[in-house]
This record gives sequence, C-alpha cells and structure tokens, in this order.
Amino acid sequence: MSIADLSPVRADPPAAPAFCRLPDRGRSRLAERATSWDALLFVLFVAIFCANALASPYFLDIWNISDATFNVTEKAIVALALAFVILCGEIDISVAGTIALASTVMGWLAGTGASMPAVALAGLGTGLLCGIVNGALVTALGLPSIVATIGTMSLFRGLAYAILGDGAFTAYPAGFAFFGQGYVWEWLSFEFATFLVLAIAAGLVLHRTALGRSVRAIGYNPAAARFSGLRVARITFLAFVVTGLAAGLAAVMLTSRLGSTRPSIALGWELDIVTMVVLGGVSITGGSGSIVGVVLAAFVMGLITFGLGLLNVPGIIMSIVIGLLLIGVIALPVIVGGIGRRVSAGRP
Amino acid sequence: MSVLRAIFRIREVLLVLAIAGLLAIVSAARPAFASPGNLAAIFTDTAILVMLALGQAAVIMTRSVDLSVAANLAFTGMAAAMLNAAHPGLPIGVVVGACLAIGLALGAVNGLLVWLLKLPPIVVTLGTLSIYRGLAFVLSGGAWINTFQMSERFLAFPRTELVGLPVLAWLAIATIAGASILFGWTAFGRALYATGGNPTAATYAGIDTGRTTCLAFCLSGMLAGLCGYLWVSRFAVAYVDVAAGFELDVIAACVIGGVSIAGGIGSVGGAVLGALFLGILKNALPVLGVSPFWQMAISGVIIIAAVILNTRTERSRGRVILKRIDRLEGVRA
Repeated sequence: MSIADLSPVRADPPAAPAFCRLPDRGRSRLAERATSWDALLFVLFVAIFCANALASPYFLDIWNISDATFNVTEKAIVALALAFVILCGEIDISVAGTIALASTVMGWLAGTGASMPAVALAGLGTGLLCGIVNGALVTALGLPSIVATIGTMSLFRGLAYAILGDGAFTAYPAGFAFFGQGYVWEWLSFEFATFLVLAIAAGLVLHRTALGRSVRAIGYNPAAARFSGLRVARITFLAFVVTGLAAGLAAVMLTSRLGSTRPSIALGWELDIVTMVVLGGVSITGGSGSIVGVVLAAFVMGLITFGLGLLNVPGIIMSIVIGLLLIGVIALPVIVGGIGRRVSAGRP
Repeated sequence: MSVLRAIFRIREVLLVLAIAGLLAIVSAARPAFASPGNLAAIFTDTAILVMLALGQAAVIMTRSVDLSVAANLAFTGMAAAMLNAAHPGLPIGVVVGACLAIGLALGAVNGLLVWLLKLPPIVVTLGTLSIYRGLAFVLSGGAWINTFQMSERFLAFPRTELVGLPVLAWLAIATIAGASILFGWTAFGRALYATGGNPTAATYAGIDTGRTTCLAFCLSGMLAGLCGYLWVSRFAVAYVDVAAGFELDVIAACVIGGVSIAGGIGSVGGAVLGALFLGILKNALPVLGVSPFWQMAISGVIIIAAVILNTRTERSRGRVILKRIDRLEGVRA
C-alpha cells in the first residue's frame, strides 16, 4: 500500500507486468502507516503548526489556540457526519441551508418566550427533519443526491429568508450562550469537547462496527453491497439523517456563539465542510476514508485560517490556500503514483 | 430511438406549457406583464443565465459538473473592468477577446485537471471556485470598479439596440444558435452525448472521452468569460462578490431543462427553456406581490420537482434489473 492506493481518487489499476517479482513478505504495518494518507496529513499539520509558531509570537498560547478551535469546530462536527454520506457515495450540499433554517426556527421560538432546552431541542429537531427530507428524496424517490440537495439547500435557506426577511433574531433565553461560549474545563470549550467525543464515536462506528463496514461497502460498490444483502437504502437514509442532526447541533452552537440569527448565517459553509471531508482523504466517489483523516483535515484547515488571520491575511486569500490545498492534495497521489509507475516500468 | 425523441419532446413541451401557464397567471393579475416589450426585457435580463446554462449543459452531459462558472465570471468581469479603467480607449472587440481568452484559460485549467489527472470534476471545480474568486480579490485588492471608471463604449455595448433587441439579447440568441449546431450537427456534439451516455462504449467507438470532457469545460469557461464582461457592463459595477452563488442557478436551469446529471441526456432547447422559466419566475414574483424573500424557497421546490420529473423519465429508458443500483451506477458525478 502506498499513498497512491489510499488517495481519495481511485486510479485505474496498472496493467499487470509480464514478469512479476513476488515479495517474500508483505510490507510491515509500520511501513504502511508511515506512507498512509493520515500520515501525510499529520506531517502537514505539524509543518503548519511549526510555521505558525515561527511566524507569529502570539500563536503558542493555549488560550489563543483554544479560541482558534471555535472557527472550525462547528464545521468539523458536520464534516464528521457528512463523511458517512460521502463514504456511501452520495453528497449533501444542503448542510449550510439546514444550519440557517435550524437557527431561524430557534430564533423564532426564542422570540415567543420558549425555555432554553426547548429552543436547543427545536434546533436539533429541525436539523433532523431536514436530514429526513434529504434522505427520503435520495433513497425513497431515488434522486441523484447532488441535485436533490442543491434543491433542498435552496429550499431550506429560502425558508429561512421567507421567515426572517431582512430582519434578525437576537433575543435568546438565559443559559443558551453556554453551547457556543461555555467552557467545560479551564480552556477546553464545550464545543471542542463535544467535537472530540463525537469524533471518537464516529471513528468507532466507522472502523469498529459492522455498520461502518457496510457504509464503506455501499460506497465502494453499491451493486455488490446490495447483492450481499446489505440494506443500501436504509443505511444511506441513516447517513443523511445523522448529517441533518449534526447540522442541527452545529446550528445550536453557532447561534449560541453569535447570539443572533440572520438568514445568511453559515453562508457558503457547505463548500468548507465538503473540502474538509475530501481533504481528510475520503474518496468523493465513496468507499474509502477514515475519521482520523477528517479530524486531521479539520485541524489543518483551522490552523491555516487561524495562522493566516494572525498574520492579517484577508479571509478571501485563505480561500485560495484552501482551494489549492484541496486540489493539490488529491492531485499529489495521482502524480506520485504516475511517476512511481513509470520508474518501476523502466526497471529491467 | 423514437421513444427517446418523444421523451425529449415531452420535456420541452412541458416546459413551454409551464412557462405559458406562469405567464397566464401573472397576466391575469397584471395584463402588461405578457406584453412583447416586457417579455423582451425579461429575455434580456435572463440572457446571461441562458448562455451560462448552455455551457454548463455541455459539461453536465459528460457526467461532470462545473461549480466554478460564477467565480470565473467574477474574475473575468473584474479583469475586463480593470483593463477598461486602465485603457479606456481600447476597442470593445479587444476587451471581449480578452474576456473570452481569460475565461477559456480558467475553463481549461478545470478541464486539464479532470482530463490528465483524472480528478473528480466536482472536487476540482469546488477548489477552483475558491481560487478564482480569491484571485479576483488579489487582482483588484478588494477595490470596486464603479460606473465613473468605465468608459462610455464599455457600458454601451450590451445595451445598443439592434432591430428592437439589445446586443445582450442577440448574443444569447447567437449562443443558442451556435450551441444548437454544436450539439446537434457536429462530431463534438455526438462525442458529448456518447461520453456521458456510456463512456466505455464511447472509448471503443474511438471517442477520446477525456478530451471531450476537457473541451466541454473550455466551452463553459469561455462562455463564463464572455458573461463576465456582459455582467459587469450591464450592472455597471465590478467587485469580488459579483454573481456569488450564481453557479447554483445555472445548474438549476439545466436540471429544470431536463439535462441529466448522470450524463448523456439533454438538449439545447431544454436548457434554454429551463433558464427562461427561472428568469420569468424571478420577474413574476414581485409583480404578483410575493415577497422577494420567498423566491429562494420557491426555486428550491421547483428544482426538486424537476429532478423528480427527470428521474421518472430517465427510468423508462433501457432495461432496469435492479432499480436502485441502476440509479447508483449513473450518479458518479
């Protein structure tokens, strides 16, 4: 296994050479780990961390780093769930629209004087409902997920606009601020702690359970998965519902952190979140990927945004860096694999 | 084949009926809405969407998708405005030529990445979407180019009336005519349908599917470049966030027009009617007194309805052994 084998892009298998040298033993686990996608991301992460520490004297401060997690945690929570949808070979573009609608519903409910738990539950419930709509469109009606969720993205955000117009909700019940601004221990924020717990849970489900194996099987070859007796539609539906719920949770956190709701809340986040998942090594065509990769990708993106922010680089320049990173990181294994193949083909 | 043709025909007839119905409802409330003058104004208003939808249709037909059209438009528009601000005396032909070239180059970047490195189109264009818009910022330094910095001719060109219609509308008509010829009467058009319909069969038939996809991206990029100038000139202002999110309108127009996201199915007429339907809807809502804030939700519902309709019609083609899997096989966008 090399980097090329683990890349998000499934390259065509190379033609079998006439004479094949059989290795007398397989590659060690250590060698496999050292050349994996996750290792590449980890090296990138360490490099960016060091570069940041050298570039700005304000970087190596635990409170600064804790603050830096806020701009990425909500997106990362959605990315953890979206990874399952993408692993199934589908995609959900509507996550940011879901966040906007959930936030609007919460703001409206808070305006009627509802209690704190009711408001938070309404946010989660709206997310869940949006996930069910997406899942039903894709699995029950059999629509291609990319266009179906472009439609629901427009619908969900459109409803937020229809409810709010050009206004804003700013009144939230006491205690609601904890979700986005509270700390559970010293510098460990509630948001980041929740993310860590969810990341471990997602990792366990994907890598240690039959459900996780089924998800990858569906993405790699839906036909084979179906003929193996896997409930393709049901599992895909579940992935969409969980993604909706995660978007609902992100909406609770974001709304609580900002303390206000406008219909343009989380605008354009779907691209950041999809980038995070793909950067994490999840194949956009489904079937392969790891949660460790997604978590590392979230950290890498967070560090780049935060580090460039410390250097007073405008946000739009960061989007160039993220875009280049996305293309570079999926192109690299293809190029390396191509050169490797050429080198081994040239060998006598 | 005749069955397929019938389906195509039904889709276009359906759209014409939907547009006619929409016009009937609106003109019942406001008779002036369906007057020829107003319809021409709506067509001019939708011209940019029509042109972009035609480029996007070519890309979607090859089982790809180009999310970077609006960012390409923003970059090229900014470049055109800055070129004009720096050299006001430059003939419009040169500006348009530069826009076509820049748009083509940006489209070619997408196409070459998809063709030579075999990267998934959705990921490539997701990346270039951020990059192109970021480059528009780098180019302008975040500054706006306003009306007073643009030359008379730069602003006047798309507005010039020719036989009752502005040049902008005539450009859209020319694009529709060009696309009809390209899709329907050339080897490239046949290669487009073949590449999306069945890439393996297309390869065996001697069609270079990678090259065809790359050319489709180039076409989409070139049209986006042209629209960059037209957009900036029409609204007389250029800034980084020009046409933000417009790529989704463009894709929506294609989907409503019956262009299949699974590739290989679609027509020029469908894409144009899809764009016109969206354009008329956008103009009709304020006339009917519907809050403009409802527009996004309504177009969302229409997109979903159109996708459901598309999926229904596509199912009837060929022999379906296992429905769900047949669909999954097709959706490798």
